[in-house]
Amino acid sequence: MTSAAFEAVGLTRSYQSEGVSVDALRGVDLRIEPGEFVAIVGPSGSGKSTLMHLLGCLDRPTSGILRVDGVDVSTLSDTHLAELRNRAVGFVFQSFHLLARTAALDNVALPLVYRGLPRAERRRRAREALESVGLGHRIGHRPSQMSGGEQQRVAIARALVGDPRVVLADEPTGNLDTRNGAEVMAILDRLNAERGVGVVLVTHDSEVAARARRQIHVRDGLIEHDSGTAGSSGRAGEAGAGEGREPGEGGAGRTGPVEAG
Amino acid sequence: MRAAEAFRMALEALRANRLRSALTMLGVIIGVSAVVVLVAVGTGAKNAVESEIAGLGSNIILVVPGRLGVGALPTQSRLDLADVAYVRRVVGDPARVTVSVNSGETVRVGRSEAFVTVVGTDENLPNIFDRPLRRGRYLSETDVDTRRRVAVLGSEVAETLFGDVDPLGRQLTVSGARFRVVGVYEPVGATFGVARDQEIHVPVTTAQRLLGVTRINGIAIGASGPDQIEPLQRRVVDALTERYPGERFSAVTQTQLLGTIGTVLGMLTGVLAAIAGISLLVGGVGVSNIMLVGVRERTREIGLRKALGARQRDVLAQFLIEAVLLTTIGGVIGILLGVGGALLIAALSPVPAAVTWWSVALAFGVSAAVGVFFGVAPARRAGRLDPVVALRAE
Repeated sequence: MTSAAFEAVGLTRSYQSEGVSVDALRGVDLRIEPGEFVAIVGPSGSGKSTLMHLLGCLDRPTSGILRVDGVDVSTLSDTHLAELRNRAVGFVFQSFHLLARTAALDNVALPLVYRGLPRAERRRRAREALESVGLGHRIGHRPSQMSGGEQQRVAIARALVGDPRVVLADEPTGNLDTRNGAEVMAILDRLNAERGVGVVLVTHDSEVAARARRQIHVRDGLIEHDSGTAGSSGRAGEAGAGEGREPGEGGAGRTGPVEAG
Repeated sequence: MRAAEAFRMALEALRANRLRSALTMLGVIIGVSAVVVLVAVGTGAKNAVESEIAGLGSNIILVVPGRLGVGALPTQSRLDLADVAYVRRVVGDPARVTVSVNSGETVRVGRSEAFVTVVGTDENLPNIFDRPLRRGRYLSETDVDTRRRVAVLGSEVAETLFGDVDPLGRQLTVSGARFRVVGVYEPVGATFGVARDQEIHVPVTTAQRLLGVTRINGIAIGASGPDQIEPLQRRVVDALTERYPGERFSAVTQTQLLGTIGTVLGMLTGVLAAIAGISLLVGGVGVSNIMLVGVRERTREIGLRKALGARQRDVLAQFLIEAVLLTTIGGVIGILLGVGGALLIAALSPVPAAVTWWSVALAFGVSAAVGVFFGVAPARRAGRLDPVVALRAE
């Protein structure tokens, strides 16, 4: 319950590419508490995407320890890793990754399909999630009938629908114009502040990164600079004022920053 | 993931690519309908031949000189009427034995003529074969004993030569000899391609004189019951072999004919079904091919589903069910087309196609199995995709 959202110790990841070993991550130590708003920043090829894939349980580390929600991923089978991914994290991608022929409601409900929930409940929760991103009037629309900003908000609703502790966003504003980008950032900001959902976003845009409470700079597979560790920065504690979260899940025990602030 | 959900996803995917799904199914549809139609035709032919044999009469034993079998050379008959009398004594009941002397001849009535089979036989024929009369009478013992020139006509012969005129009491000419019509048979159809309605029956003694022979072509015996067939068959063959040492005589029963014909036609049906099965297999390869294309095209979708928590088996199930749906829907359509085609053939052509439930069940089962068999490889490939790589795919 008090475990970190992510805890990495000596995390490495290397790839074999045509016989050559490429080290994408070369020993990362990191701890992200639940409810934090973190930006992972770095130039392309720095390893930030690899780091996000590891945090999102899409990939396994070559060495080192990674605990997601207190669970050591190296001990998990593929099946359990998929279940952890389904439960603990929600993804937002740069290119939205919505199913093209599927209505917004069913796109949002998709993670719950893999949780084995009945259809009626999936739809109810998907509708709530869409309403929470201001798209309650778009539930029957297909991605092609929506603007890029709306599509990304559908994707955010999909990331939220399973009540994850953390939303992982990979360049969420990368394919959007300034206005839509700002709107998406505002939603992520609000989710973090009001509902205590942790947000980890990967970006090379320093303006976007500035919206986060904590910036982690990655370069050449290592953390170059970390603006602040949990407990000293972030408004995670405000989750306590959020709605619909269990206190233990949301922010109990991390109220310090609010009192301090 | 729930099974119903996997079905819904698979159906949606098939609907998303309607034309491609339909074309892929077409292979299976053709294969399945071919199996159903060809098995129906084979079975229909078998049924028809069997009912022809059964239509001859019951408990019949046919005795012919020489060896009877596929590929056996025709043997010159050495049997004559004395041998028939001998067989009658062996059988014990003269009325259960009849005889035939056959020859193709041209028959004339006034200007009309017909090529028919003249069969010399005797008064016992109706005791053994089912040969109901429409008009007049059968040949009598006196006809045979006194070599009367009388004839009983097959229904088609009567129609060809006399048309609407009642043939009874009228004259016809065979090889210059005049015969008087005493009876007309009901139509009985053909057996082994022998058009029995194109026969005319005359007394065996008259036929031998007309043809200038003393031989006979065969002897037919009617057993008193099904359990009598085999002992009687053996007794007659033994007796004839004893009378003519060193020569062979064959006696076949209806049951043996049925068995032989049934085996041959069963094999034929099997071969036809196997050929059709190959096209079903080709349809399966098509399914496999299109599923592989689908997996490649939908790599990003698979990556996304995995990122959202789909396990390997969820993705595998989705694609496997898609493949099985393709083949089973194709199978059902193929069955409907096949059954319809078989009924159409039966209605519009002389081929008596008969749809059998086992061919329908087999076709459905095989098409489902084809879906599993050819769907597994693409589905496994989809299930094993690395989510990171799949999400990046273009």
